[in-house]
Amino acid sequence: MADAQTPEQQVPESKFADYAHPERLVSTAWLAEQLEAGNPDGIVVLESDEDVLLYDTGHIPGALKLDWHQDLNDQVTRDYVDSEQFAKVMSARGIGRDTTVVIYGDKNNWWAAYALWVMTLFGHEDVRLLDGGRAKWVAEGREMTKDVPTPQPADYPVVERVDAPIRAFKDDVLAHLGQPLVDVRSPGEYSGELLHMPDYPQEGAMRGGHIPGAKSVPWARAANEDGTFKSREELEAIYLQEQGLKPQEPTVAYCRIGERSSHTWFVLTHLLGFEDVRNYDGSWTEWGNAVRVPVEKK
Amino acid sequence: MPDTTGLPAELAEIAEDFAELPVPERLQLLLEFSEELPALPERYAAAPESMEQVHECQSPLFLTVEVDEESAPEPGKRVVSLFFSAPPEAPTTRGFAGILHQGLDGLSVDEILAVPEDAPYRFSLAEAVSPLRLRGMVGMLSRIKRQVALKSRAA
Repeated sequence: MADAQTPEQQVPESKFADYAHPERLVSTAWLAEQLEAGNPDGIVVLESDEDVLLYDTGHIPGALKLDWHQDLNDQVTRDYVDSEQFAKVMSARGIGRDTTVVIYGDKNNWWAAYALWVMTLFGHEDVRLLDGGRAKWVAEGREMTKDVPTPQPADYPVVERVDAPIRAFKDDVLAHLGQPLVDVRSPGEYSGELLHMPDYPQEGAMRGGHIPGAKSVPWARAANEDGTFKSREELEAIYLQEQGLKPQEPTVAYCRIGERSSHTWFVLTHLLGFEDVRNYDGSWTEWGNAVRVPVEKK
Repeated sequence: MPDTTGLPAELAEIAEDFAELPVPERLQLLLEFSEELPALPERYAAAPESMEQVHECQSPLFLTVEVDEESAPEPGKRVVSLFFSAPPEAPTTRGFAGILHQGLDGLSVDEILAVPEDAPYRFSLAEAVSPLRLRGMVGMLSRIKRQVALKSRAA
């Protein structure tokens, strides 16, 4: 992993150095320096938000929009785009196989982490998150623009999407029962209460609760107030000491549709160095609607 | 053409405007609606807790309605005003509110109560913003109608 550091971050914040894979994060200061220097290494910056209009209200200069709904999801099947479509999406943004991609977004980088996870399905080597995301960049009063750049299209190869190492399907989860699972939804979703709110069912699921044995660690616990990731020590206190998860044990994370759990996948994999973490993207909208799968309520 | 059956004239026009545009430009139009959403008058800006939160929205959105009792003797003919509050970092939610504001503000009680429940799906937005998010707009509309029904009955 260490030799994937191109271009090099001169002074990674000491916080980053403690993480298992510090090269997966960049700071707002570092990105601002790169942009001020004219982006000598040809980094491509992508914004991936929950709110699909947010990019259009203003973004980091030079950043391109990556729309989770239109660019990363297949429009017919509940799946991600195929290899050809992914190559098109990347090429249109001037991204080649060797390009350093920095992703940022709203909501503590929730959708940015989702985009990073999808890029990882296609094995893109050098993809990083901007620590603190959009909110931190804005809070620091850094430059924003409405100008949408027109990138020179690149020639991204059509590469195989390899799901198995980081993506779990329902059958995989059934086979995994009894081993570590992390439910990253809110406590109300975990307990099953939210399905029973009078008049306003918020979740498209027939059953409330969680997958048996899952630990409840709401995803945003990994983030500080300013949207940056907590330090390694603080993260270990939550995931290792408090929840008893172990970096050597295969672990599955899930939420409602697999986006929030991408964030936790990032934390466990890249910040804490877990060896085998899969994101169950079917998550509660599949499990909570599936017939005769075990459900636990608390 | 979009299905505009049962939509009030202004909403029908908005639905047609969206349908005529290619998908990326629909987002731009939605952005314009978000920018045009009027600011709250002082009486609500100072007391946001007096408004109702729409929990179906993924971002915080509050709304309230007023039925002008002076406007007509018959409750069903009275004029309705709509008020929305949503943060600038939630432009999609603001855009939904902007559509409903432009399409419904100033209509009568009866006209608003007659708006079809599925109206939010008539703006050709499902491709651009995902059907899940449109449920937020469905939530807004049903809460508007419920408030209008309550407040016109009480009057």
